[in-house]
Amino acid sequence: MRLVPFLRSATVTTALVVVLNKPFGKVPALGKFFSPHIGFWQNAEPFDAVPSASLQFPSLKGATSVYFDERLVPHVFAQYDEDLYFVQGYLHAKFRLFQIDLQTRAAAGRASELAGPKAINFDKEQRRLGMVFAAENALREIEKDPLSRSLFDAYTSGVNAYIDQLTEAELPIEYKLMQATPERWSNLRTALLLKMMAKMLSSGTENDLAGTNAKSIFLPDQLKQLYPQVPDSLLPIVPSATAFARPGIVPVAPTSADSLYFSHRDTVEAHSHYQPDPDNGSNNWVVAGIKTKSGAPILANDPHLELSLPSIWYEMQLTTPTSNVYGVSLPGSPMVVIGFNDSIAWGVTNSQRDVKDYYEIRFKDESRKEYFYNGKWEPTRFRIEEIKVKDSTTVYDTVAYTVFGPVMFDQQFSNGYTKQMNLAVRWAAHDPSNEGMTFYKLNRARNYADYVEAIRTFQCPGQNFVFASKTGDIAIWQQGRFPARWPGQGLYVMPGWDSSYAWQGFIPQEENPHSLNPERGFLQSANQRAADSTYPYFIPGSYITARGVRIDKQLAGMNQITPQDMMALHQDYFNTSAEDLRPVLLKNIRIDQLTGNEKVYLDAFTNWDLLATPNSIGQTVFQCFWDSVQSAIWKDELTRTDPMAPWPTEQSTLELLVRDSALSFADDVRTPVIESLSDQITLAFKRACQVLDAEKAAGKLEWSKHMNPSVYHLLKDALPAFAHKGMKVGGYGNIVNAIKHSHGPSWRMIVHLSEKTEAWGVYPGGQSGNPGSRFYDDYISVWEKGTYHPLWLMRAEEKDDARIKGVIEFKKS
Amino acid sequence: MKFAVALLLTFLTGLAMGMTSLIPWWGFVVAAALVGAIVRQTAAKSFSAGFLGMFLSWGGLAWWIDWQNKSLLSQKIAHVLPLGGSAAALIFITGLLGGLLAGFAALCGYYARATSSK
Repeated sequence: MRLVPFLRSATVTTALVVVLNKPFGKVPALGKFFSPHIGFWQNAEPFDAVPSASLQFPSLKGATSVYFDERLVPHVFAQYDEDLYFVQGYLHAKFRLFQIDLQTRAAAGRASELAGPKAINFDKEQRRLGMVFAAENALREIEKDPLSRSLFDAYTSGVNAYIDQLTEAELPIEYKLMQATPERWSNLRTALLLKMMAKMLSSGTENDLAGTNAKSIFLPDQLKQLYPQVPDSLLPIVPSATAFARPGIVPVAPTSADSLYFSHRDTVEAHSHYQPDPDNGSNNWVVAGIKTKSGAPILANDPHLELSLPSIWYEMQLTTPTSNVYGVSLPGSPMVVIGFNDSIAWGVTNSQRDVKDYYEIRFKDESRKEYFYNGKWEPTRFRIEEIKVKDSTTVYDTVAYTVFGPVMFDQQFSNGYTKQMNLAVRWAAHDPSNEGMTFYKLNRARNYADYVEAIRTFQCPGQNFVFASKTGDIAIWQQGRFPARWPGQGLYVMPGWDSSYAWQGFIPQEENPHSLNPERGFLQSANQRAADSTYPYFIPGSYITARGVRIDKQLAGMNQITPQDMMALHQDYFNTSAEDLRPVLLKNIRIDQLTGNEKVYLDAFTNWDLLATPNSIGQTVFQCFWDSVQSAIWKDELTRTDPMAPWPTEQSTLELLVRDSALSFADDVRTPVIESLSDQITLAFKRACQVLDAEKAAGKLEWSKHMNPSVYHLLKDALPAFAHKGMKVGGYGNIVNAIKHSHGPSWRMIVHLSEKTEAWGVYPGGQSGNPGSRFYDDYISVWEKGTYHPLWLMRAEEKDDARIKGVIEFKKS
Repeated sequence: MKFAVALLLTFLTGLAMGMTSLIPWWGFVVAAALVGAIVRQTAAKSFSAGFLGMFLSWGGLAWWIDWQNKSLLSQKIAHVLPLGGSAAALIFITGLLGGLLAGFAALCGYYARATSSK
């Protein structure tokens, strides 16, 4: 042996192995990562590969066949329900493992395990909101009922069957990049996934904290003007003139409400940093046979959510000898959520109802062990939250629980909050419920009665379930478990020491707004208020009015409707808000004060066709102008508190302007002169022109370039290479085709309930969560063009059809 | 001839050892060192045979995977790692990492058996 050179080369070799085997911060261990045997190369699937396998598992009851078509949609044929959901769990894991793992960890306030210290405050907020508490309450309901338990157990076993046989080479690429490993599934994680949806859709539809600050600035009459309950232009979900039954419960306002609540002018500094997008919403509608060319109903739905890769949806067909359903499922939970079967079709939109209230809690002392309630000191219950943090020490957070729920904000939780006010959350999502069973029943419903029975127990998040059947029925129910409130209850923080401010009960289920086969032959919902002012309950919420107005008017004027007409309505770019606003804005603008350059923008706005098409410049001018106007009118008033009072909705401002052009709020209270509305609108336009000039210089004056519609990977800016940016589509949150920067129609579906059901659908993503698969994003171009895939409700005897590209057989071992 | 044998042995053991998850990703380093010791040639040739053997083993496999994948993933990864989206660069680096490790390992093997300086 030549010792010196040997030692020298051995040192180099060892050092290389050690260095390449070691992760450095965000950089994974490069040797492992680059190894074509176990690293990222293993995620590069052969381009034309479609799964094909024969698998055996002891927990299966019989044989199940999964036929993958040319779009990688699985058509699952099982003999038993348990096998069906086992296989659904297996497929969700096979194609979306990182997604379901990440989403449920985030739902549980465990993001720090993957993301490190920067996620600690997010995790604390999730836990203090009681996300895990809510999921545990749901889990008890799920496991109480033997049928439900067996279905959720089967789903969990299916997810774990996949995870357990996963090799290092097969790990989804995100784990390789983040140097993490997947965690086994449980029914609790399914419950957490459903609570993630509950938060997405029923948290932030209240405005109690900022609203309390508004109350400290404005007089009661002003509050009614700024934040009205029923917009003038409302076209409600339940057609106007529907007669409502006398209310089964009449909640009573506390005697102290005037002094302790309505005229109490304290401000609140607490606020949530991680609120869902206020435009999480949707459209759905249904037209009856009398309005269609074929004489059969047509149902349409497009849920508007954050657009992500992989998508929140996974398309599939689930068939047993007694059931046959097609649609989209939510990876991480069993059943089909939006879809159709041989007899019916259904879709959902969000109710936008306020089901979350805050109560001020008075602790006896800093120990938080007791709080004052109905004249006595009541004990709190503590829940100790252990937050594990990647590359750092574990953080503990002790959350006090009261009769209302968790004390979300107190001295222990410092997210920029200083004032001594402890706030407990009363949230409908905390109450025990089992929403999954609604979908189990809907998947098997054959008629209107089955549909009503299926949705009856659905509690939170409140949804507008639209329905159509082969027998010609059309219907809609706004379904959820909604508190019966006395007028004004829960708009602001309430006293937490007096039970008369607690929820006194719930609106009886049969009194939820609904409509069956209305004479006009159509029904629609688009996140507007469900009913007009004759509905006998106080129902605050974050409603969006404009889309419903447009859809309602369009459907009312249509006859001989075809599915293609419904597709065109999905893609509708008409800006109904701008149609109402343009005359008021133009009337008030002082053209003589504009420069030549500004007049060019004004011309673009004046001559605009009111369509938010991708290449529209008028839409860009309008939106910048309108944002600037709202800011000029409100910002001076609203920023008198910090955090600021809530913005009046676009619809409220619009209606104030249309109704009363001498708007008293126009004056900028921060300046000595009194500005008129014309002053403000002219100034707002000039400010907007500065934004427009900058956009013009950047070549971004066209609407789609200004808006930059994009679908990001779940890890957002951490992985821009996995995203799709700059799609050529238009639309906006207030437009039927509700596309915003990274938000919009997450699934478009149209079902024609003709003799042989015809259906079309598309979502902006792909069936595979693997960025190394061509099925990762192959639907995006179809979605971008506004076209659809035909949805194929396959029959077992069609298994040799040319569309079938691969088969996985599951058997009992 | 010896060079070709050493290269081929390194290439094949590199592929074979990657097929089982029982051996860590760097298992080929041991094999390359053994080849360097068993196949007697000059230090430079030992290094080169090890380097080229694994460069082709890893680089070749990466290229084959990439070809079948139509560079769908490599283009994305070559943006995650700042390589300007170049699949070729990614394949080259893959080969280079394997090659360097095997080259130095072969050198270890060579010096372990070498008796005296020439």
